[in-house]
Formats: sequence, C-alpha cells, structure tokens
Amino acid sequence: MEFARLTIVTGHYGAGKTNFCVNAALDIAASGRECTVIDLDIVNPYFRTADFGELFAEKGIKLLNPVYANTNLDIPSLNIPLESILAGGGHVVIDVGGDDEGAKALGRYSEIIRGFADREMLYVINRYRYLTKEAADAAVLMREIELSSQLVCTGIVNNSSLGAETASDTVRESLAFAEEVSKLTGLPIRATCAAEGCMPENAPEPYIVRRYVRNLWER
Amino acid sequence: MAEKSLMKGNEALAEAALRAGCKCFFGYPITPQTEIAAYLSKRMPKVGGVFLQAESEVAAINMVYGCAGSGIRCMTSSSSPGISLKSEGISYIAGADLPCVIIDVMRGGPGLGGIQPSQADYYQITKGVGHGDYHIIVLAPSTVQEMADCVTKAFDLADKYRMPAVVLADGLLGQMMEPVAFDDAEIVMSDASEKPWAANGHGNKRKHNIINSLYLQAPELEQTIRDRYERYKKIEAEETRAVADYCDDAEIVVVAYGSTARLAKSAVDEARKQGIKAGVFRPVTLYPFPVKELNEAVKSAKKVLTVEMSMGQMVDDVKLAINCSRPVEFFGRTGGVIPAPNEILTKIKEMIGGNE
Repeated sequence: MEFARLTIVTGHYGAGKTNFCVNAALDIAASGRECTVIDLDIVNPYFRTADFGELFAEKGIKLLNPVYANTNLDIPSLNIPLESILAGGGHVVIDVGGDDEGAKALGRYSEIIRGFADREMLYVINRYRYLTKEAADAAVLMREIELSSQLVCTGIVNNSSLGAETASDTVRESLAFAEEVSKLTGLPIRATCAAEGCMPENAPEPYIVRRYVRNLWER
Repeated sequence: MAEKSLMKGNEALAEAALRAGCKCFFGYPITPQTEIAAYLSKRMPKVGGVFLQAESEVAAINMVYGCAGSGIRCMTSSSSPGISLKSEGISYIAGADLPCVIIDVMRGGPGLGGIQPSQADYYQITKGVGHGDYHIIVLAPSTVQEMADCVTKAFDLADKYRMPAVVLADGLLGQMMEPVAFDDAEIVMSDASEKPWAANGHGNKRKHNIINSLYLQAPELEQTIRDRYERYKKIEAEETRAVADYCDDAEIVVVAYGSTARLAKSAVDEARKQGIKAGVFRPVTLYPFPVKELNEAVKSAKKVLTVEMSMGQMVDDVKLAINCSRPVEFFGRTGGVIPAPNEILTKIKEMIGGNE
C-alpha cells in the first residue's frame, strides 16, 4: 500500500484503527522513509498506539501522545505541534479516537490539515463490529466523524476481523460489505487488510497486516 | 448460535442487559466502564427502554431501588469509587428483598486511585458493600462472551432469589475486544407480571404491596434476616460455578478469577510444557464461593497459589474453603499493574522447587 505524506486514520472504535496504524508506520519506516505516529485518541483509557512506544523506538519511528496518555490522569490534553511536524518532510500517521467523539480532537487541527495537499483521510471499517454491521450504519458513522472533525474522508480501509478468531472466511465474507460502504459513501476502497494466508484472492487492494494489538495472555 | 461480532467487554455487558429485558438503566460515567452508559444511551431509546444519566452514583442506585420495587428489570454500572458511593443504596435494596443487577468494572484504589485495571474490590463486593447482615450474588466473568452470559445469569438469579446480583469485571475485561455471539431472540422488555410482590399499582384489585427495609420490632427484623439466610443456604448449595483446568493430577493449583485467570492459565500452559504438573481453578461465582468445587480441584495438589490484581483478598476465601488443608501462597500486582504470565510462572517454579 502506498501512503500519502499525511495519513489520518478514523473509524468506529474497535474497528482496528490502531493495528492498522502500527502496520502502516512499520511499512513506511521499512521503506526507508521517516515516520511519525501521532496518537490522537482521547477516548480510550488504554489499548492504544501509545502502547507501541518500544517497538516504534526500535524501528526509528517517532511517537507523539496526548500529554497524559496511559497515565491515571483521564484528561484529553493535546500539545502536538502538527504544523511543524508536517513541515519536517517525513511521513505522518495520525491514529484518531473512535467515532465522532474521538474525531473531535482531530477537528482542532482541521485548518492545518486542509492546508496540506498530500494527505489521505481513511475510514476504517470492520463488518464484525456490532453496531456497524450494516453498510448503511457504517456510512452514517463516517458522516458523523466528518462533521465532528470538520474534514472529509477520502478512502475506505476494510479491516474486517474477529481478533484472534479471524480466518480467511472472515475476510472473504466482508468483501461485499466493504463494496456496499464504498458505494454508499462514493469513496474508493484503499485497502483490504488481512493476515498472511487469510487474504481472499479477489480482494480489492490487498494489504497484508500483522496483528500487533494483542492481549497479554496471547503474547 | 448467531454470527459472531467483535465487541468491547463494556459493550457486551450493555447489550446483554438489553437482551435480558433490562428496561431501565441508571448510571453515572466513570472510567473504565463509561462505554456501558454510552452504549445504552444510544441503544435504549431504540428498543423502548429508558437510559437515564443520574446526577450522581448515589442518585443512580436509588433510582434502581425505586425501579426494582416496581418489578421491572433494571441495572446500574460503575467502577470502584462509584461502587463505594452506591453502597448504602445496595444495602437498602438487599434489605427490601429487591432484584437488580449492578456492574463493577474495577480500577485501582483506594481513593481516586487510578483508571487502570484492578481486582481490589473483592472484599468490598463479596463482604462489605453496605451495612447489615446480607449477601449479594457476585459473578466474575473472564472473557467478553462470558461477560454477556454473566449479565443474563445475574438477572435470572436476582429475580429467582429477590436480591441484588453483581457482575464483577475489571478494566482489562471492560476495555478489551473479543468475538461474542448473542442468540437471535427478539428483545423483549421485562414487566412485573411474574412478581406478585411488586409495587406497581394495585388498581384497588388487590392488597397493596410495600417496599421497605425498616422494621419496627427487633424480633421481626431478626426473623426477616433469618429467613433471608435460609435463602442464602440454598444459594450456597445450588448456585456455585467454577472452571477447573488440568487439576486432576496437579501438584500445584493456581486459583484466580476474571482476567487474572487468563493470565494464570497462560502461565500454567507454559508450566505444563516444562513438565510441571500445574492446574488452574477459576471461581465464576465469588458469592457463593465454590467451596465444594475447589476442594475437589486441589485433591492431588500439594500447594495452592492464589493470583490476584490486588494485595491478596480472595486468598482468604481460598484458605477458608480448603480449611488450610494445604499451604496457600499469594502472588499479585496492584495499583493498576497487571501480573505478567512469566511472573506467575516464576512463582509457580519457586513453590514447586521449595517442595523438593
């Protein structure tokens, strides 16, 4: 998958945004390009991109968090200088908090983002997430995220999975759903995510991902 | 079984409540369980239920008291400090013999503590939530699917025995995502049709019902409590649940509940690979504590290890349950720190080594 200089990752919480962001950042870094990951999640108290600090440091990826991420202080304080980071020339991946609530934090940077042409705003969907199993519901949520962030999405990422129980059928049975969301929103499918061995043959824009977001007892 | 969905633990608790016919939810937000309220605020109006954000935890539990008195299935949820606030109300509900479900997604304490996972409410929930002589049923799930199943079970047990039932989870379970399946049955909101005691309007057709926990004469109060304890005896005999893995030939049995049981299982799997005869015993009901099942599970064990995300609370019940027939040791992390499987394995090896 080719990434724009600025990749903004939005979606329903639990759709797998963080896992997608970790894969994207590692791939960008592996191609020899400078990469900064911004964890803009102000909704989740834990299980977030900030958990991957060590892995990122190892790969030379910069990580910027909300001030109190992964601490006991539940305060959405953001001091991320996005403008100067973008001026630095490297790639930037922004992991946005789930739903329209999470996208509010993105709204704060909307003016800077609108002024930056080489960008994509991806909407991550997962056919197995309880409240967005219907394409119409997934499409409505995307509009809510757009309203809340004051930015428009440019592409769909089909990240349908059942966590540890994901099999090739899981992904295959999500293709029609992704197609439907694409049709309803008028946006192209930019990636179909699946683990090695689980990618259906006819998947549009296949993107092989690894599962980095795991429970402690699975590690 | 219907198709699986990926759900956050807190969402599964909330959806399961709807499906159990919980018509009214009263709550007040607190991390790490706020998703329960957020989810129900969206879902309740769509299925004909009531979502109400109260002005405080105290208000929410008293709304549950009133609603439960009318015979309708209702629920509140909170996390540790919020449960402390609800304690008085829970005691009144128990004192009035009313069924309701309370969810506690535990975080670190005491005081404001922290927002990370913890199991340090064991004493509070199983022994001391509110004043007076009484028990509440406590179920401790360890997967997202089981969180959903425990909510259903909690509503059924609460109705059956006319008492509060708690689903005791922790932040790790509340926040994690796992596949979960619900059956396809239509959502039907509860009513008071099978509750002849409910104060839901008598229409001058029957004697009025009174919901109350005040007794004017001491012997009358004593008799009411004694009757209640007869019910507890039945619960202790019939409602215990536990899961034992590899305990048949185990020389060391690790006892853990909730998410900690999965970490313990992971350590025990590794111990087995290394030739150590270890087993895991997981109480699903914390009240009633599975005494008979635990004694069965430790039959071949020389030692018992209790693992908790606290400084050691359930370990007391483990010792009591087996009447100290074997040495019981403890390992735990607290304050929001999660014990790692390799730390548990190290402790298992230390104990086995000390045996030789």
